[in-house]
Amino acid sequence: MSTQATALGRLARRRPKRQMGRERADRRLGYLLVAPVVILLLLITAYPLAYNLWNSFHAVNLSIATGGHPFVGVKNYTKMFGSSEWVSALLRTAGFTAVSIFLETVAALGLALMLHRKFPGRGFLRAAVLVPWAVPTVVSATLWKTMFDQRAGFVDYMLGNLHLPGAHTTWLAGIWTSWAAVFVADAWKNVPFMAIILLAGLQVIPTEVYEAARIDGASAWQAFRRMTLPLLKPALAVALIFRTLQAFLVFDVIYIMTGGGPGVSTQTLAFLNWQTFLIGTDFGYGGAISMMLVLISLAIAAVYVRALRPET
Amino acid sequence: MPHGWALVREFIFYLLVLIVIAISLFPFYWILRTSLMSNAQVAQGVGGSNGLLPSHLTTKAYVDDFTKQHFLKPLVNSAIVALIATAITIVVATMAGYALARLKIRFSGAILAFILIAGFFPVLAMVGPLFLLFKELSLLNNIYPLILAYLVYTLPIATWLLRNFFAQIPAELEEAALVDGATRLQALRKVVVPVAIPGVFTAAILAFILAWNDFTFAVSFLETPDKFTAPLAIVNFGQSAFQVFYNRIDAAVVIITIPIALLVLFAQRRIVSGLTAGSFR
Repeated sequence: MSTQATALGRLARRRPKRQMGRERADRRLGYLLVAPVVILLLLITAYPLAYNLWNSFHAVNLSIATGGHPFVGVKNYTKMFGSSEWVSALLRTAGFTAVSIFLETVAALGLALMLHRKFPGRGFLRAAVLVPWAVPTVVSATLWKTMFDQRAGFVDYMLGNLHLPGAHTTWLAGIWTSWAAVFVADAWKNVPFMAIILLAGLQVIPTEVYEAARIDGASAWQAFRRMTLPLLKPALAVALIFRTLQAFLVFDVIYIMTGGGPGVSTQTLAFLNWQTFLIGTDFGYGGAISMMLVLISLAIAAVYVRALRPET
Repeated sequence: MPHGWALVREFIFYLLVLIVIAISLFPFYWILRTSLMSNAQVAQGVGGSNGLLPSHLTTKAYVDDFTKQHFLKPLVNSAIVALIATAITIVVATMAGYALARLKIRFSGAILAFILIAGFFPVLAMVGPLFLLFKELSLLNNIYPLILAYLVYTLPIATWLLRNFFAQIPAELEEAALVDGATRLQALRKVVVPVAIPGVFTAAILAFILAWNDFTFAVSFLETPDKFTAPLAIVNFGQSAFQVFYNRIDAAVVIITIPIALLVLFAQRRIVSGLTAGSFR
């Protein structure tokens, strides 16, 4: 990347005039072509971010007919950190995130290994698991809401017929069972995406690695743990960043399946944020919650980038 | 033909494959089945003549969706927004993807990083400010501002995908045209664009799916049913005071799922390779 540093780089930069002219023209064209995407994305990310930041230090509530939006310092933030509602939402969300990514990563790894193997029907398997990922969250949430419904759903029917515990429950009315339903809907849709990313990682590991391990007498499990997993780190990092952020910011499923309930037991941080904005119409307090959401997201991403940095 | 322990392992493997396929696809069958039942059947519950394959099937729920729940307008709204968002995305992302892959711009690494980070941006944090902005501009309850918001879903992944795609096209193709005296733009038009069509196609499919699937922005900015997009309309279907019409909800779900499922089945190989090619080299 720093061709300037090496002598070879210096040599390489002594190029014929026509080529230098072309490179300059290329660069200008390049900036022109890249400008639209950068401008658009800045508009829809940086602008709301700045607006939220400003709002979080002012009183901005559409339901309160004060004149203007007075500066309130860190009042919104102290309110947030001191509110049991926010803290509970944070803990709930963290818990859901931890459980969800652990279980989903294991499942995705298994699925990726399955898809990695060449066998007749592999294409069909791949197509079959991609459909849950591709459908809108509305579909997956509504679908599982139906499945878990006592009268219209399959879960009760199956559990009842197999005489397993859990039959005849109203899943979405119980504190833990509603989380279970949310988790199933979430995992069903998202494990395939993780699996595809892990599959990409598996596909670049040369087979010689396995053969060498086998020749040395390692069992399949040992070969997997000592050779495959470390080489899978980059793919794992990408898959985990995606999933952790998505799980932490989960909103659609909650809104559609439980509406935050029963009571507030499935009120996640993102859902609380949305309620504050659109039902509480409090954009100052909501702005503070959003800023925390962004900061925590950045922290999560940073942790992963650091921890799963591939060994050179 | 493997035997002994190896045979058992083979059997278990294929069994697992079947289980995974069942978990993925059976829920869709259940939705289809429920959508073909009458209101009375749904109220009855599952079992007896209403088992895995009900004895009576009817398409009344589908008819009701269009006559009583007015599902056509939301479908049209969704289509308009998703198509326009996709069109904008393709133009912008192809330009940027090409530039990032081929033209030596300074800071191309930083620009790419910014685009990817924008893709990770918590969408919920955008809802508040955008709501205020649209309110100021009297653009609430209007489907067109959604297009702008949807770009945050589609641009990062489309740009990334197209950049990877262009990076894999051999440079010699363009070099040959350039040596023959063409300008960069001419080379682009005559040589690169034809080769890029598969990549652009895949990016378009992904962008369309992402735009179509949104719920968060729709539920935040749209107020009246005639302006709803399809995902939003479905959620409000079952909010009748007396009965949750699972058959109608599920019929709507089936209607929405079919185009998406067809797109995926048709393009799954492309989508997977587009998302993964060159990622971990």
